[in-house]
Amino acid sequence: MQILDALAQGILLGGLYTLFAVGLSIMFGVMRIVNLAHGDFAILAAFLAILLVGETSFPVWLVVAITVPAFAAIGYFLQRTLFQQSLNSGPLSTLLVTFGMSIVIQNALLEAFSANPQRLDVGQLATASFPVGPIAIPYIGVLGLMLAILCIVAIELFLRRTATGRMTRAVSDDPDTARLTGANSRHIYGLATGIAFGAVAIAGLLLAARSSVEPTAGSMRLIFAFEAVVIGGLGSLWGTLVGGLSLGVVQTLVAHFDPSSSILAGHLLFLLVLAFRPQGLIPARSL
Amino acid sequence: MTTLLSVQEINVHHGQLHAVRDFSLDVNDGEKTAVIGANGAGKSTLMRAIAGTHRPTSGRIFLRGEDITDLHAGRRVEAGIALVPEGRRLFRSLSLEENLLTGTYRKRRGTWSLEAIFELFPWMKERRAKPVARLSGGEQQAVAIGRALLSNPDVLLIDELSLGLAPSIVARIYGMIPRVVETGCSVLFVEQNVAQALSVADRALCLLEGRTVLTGVASELERSEVEDAYFGVAHGRGGRKERNSDADS
Repeated sequence: MQILDALAQGILLGGLYTLFAVGLSIMFGVMRIVNLAHGDFAILAAFLAILLVGETSFPVWLVVAITVPAFAAIGYFLQRTLFQQSLNSGPLSTLLVTFGMSIVIQNALLEAFSANPQRLDVGQLATASFPVGPIAIPYIGVLGLMLAILCIVAIELFLRRTATGRMTRAVSDDPDTARLTGANSRHIYGLATGIAFGAVAIAGLLLAARSSVEPTAGSMRLIFAFEAVVIGGLGSLWGTLVGGLSLGVVQTLVAHFDPSSSILAGHLLFLLVLAFRPQGLIPARSL
Repeated sequence: MTTLLSVQEINVHHGQLHAVRDFSLDVNDGEKTAVIGANGAGKSTLMRAIAGTHRPTSGRIFLRGEDITDLHAGRRVEAGIALVPEGRRLFRSLSLEENLLTGTYRKRRGTWSLEAIFELFPWMKERRAKPVARLSGGEQQAVAIGRALLSNPDVLLIDELSLGLAPSIVARIYGMIPRVVETGCSVLFVEQNVAQALSVADRALCLLEGRTVLTGVASELERSEVEDAYFGVAHGRGGRKERNSDADS
């Protein structure tokens, strides 16, 4: 029974990993940008929400409704300015720029909020659970998994069913030719980053609602998200879900036997996939 | 006839290479103009400069009298210019139909719709959901043309339609150009095959090392004249070099 419990918790944890990884997957899929500040943006969103809850009398749902679109807008703006600039000067410079942003965000958060862990107060939701047989399923875990799947479905619908989504895939294939059919690739890049930032904000808020976060927590999140993307297969969103879930399940199952090896087991899964199935579990298909 | 597209003294550089030199051209409404020339004559660079993916270093480009030189390629599609790029360049992760539909992104009004394209190329209809990688070269070229037509352009630019295709297929694809012109669209196309180009075009001009060396009504051009211009024989090697250095100084 305890194994079953670990499996269930692992799947729910995997939902959270997926939520983190979706944005990373999109930015890589469309622009070939590896955003090294991805995890830090999630933490930034979390602290922004914590600040809003503390300073205003807004209910949590309103804070979420403000933070997520605000982050999408920040993403669009950053892409049109900083990221586009760095893209123009080659792939290495986007790595350097996002790495720099990661350091800036971490230190700005430390300066503003101190190193103390904080959490987003969502009341009962954080701890409540419902029983399924002998297992207790936490609501917030289910919410995370549902949000992850919802995000992927929404993004897939956007990419497959709308004209802008179709053009996003075209730009991802061949930006030069997409311009010839009318695309403004910079605007499309902005939209893709906006979506990625919206998703990462949701992930950050959920993380802060589950457990307390400190300003430097982003780096570890980035690694898990990156592993989820690679395990699932680069550029495939459903692959990212599979990657996130496998990572969560492996970590939780191993933790059940030996808690200290849990993170290591996740990394080993990542290395095994890289060694024996570098295209990922869900074979790569472009966005 | 009114002037639709007017290219005025553009120079285009490709890195260190001065690919197009002081090039001017007027394309009239409903006209088919061929640009011929050997490899490296600057034909593709010229097309990309008109389509907006390659900025000229000097000179202006006008469409219906409006200066479009500073518009990016996407805006030029909106203004009425569409390029069928060299080598087809279809979007490989999109289906045939999706590739066509990318042409409708700027939502220009006109005669071309998905149905009209399926009428022009009937085989496409039942294979619309297929990935484009499965199509033959000729079929891919047809999709690339359909994609450009769906933006309902006033000027259709075609770069090296015949590249890598069997002559019979090339002839068949060129065969639909009159249908395109009927809808009120002018066509400016680049072709290495001189005979093919002259048989389709109303007017032809020949590029040599980035310069126009010959221009005229297609049916009146002498074949030997064109061949000389194509290979640069008429001017003689030394003579031409001297002229170039004059122009550059």
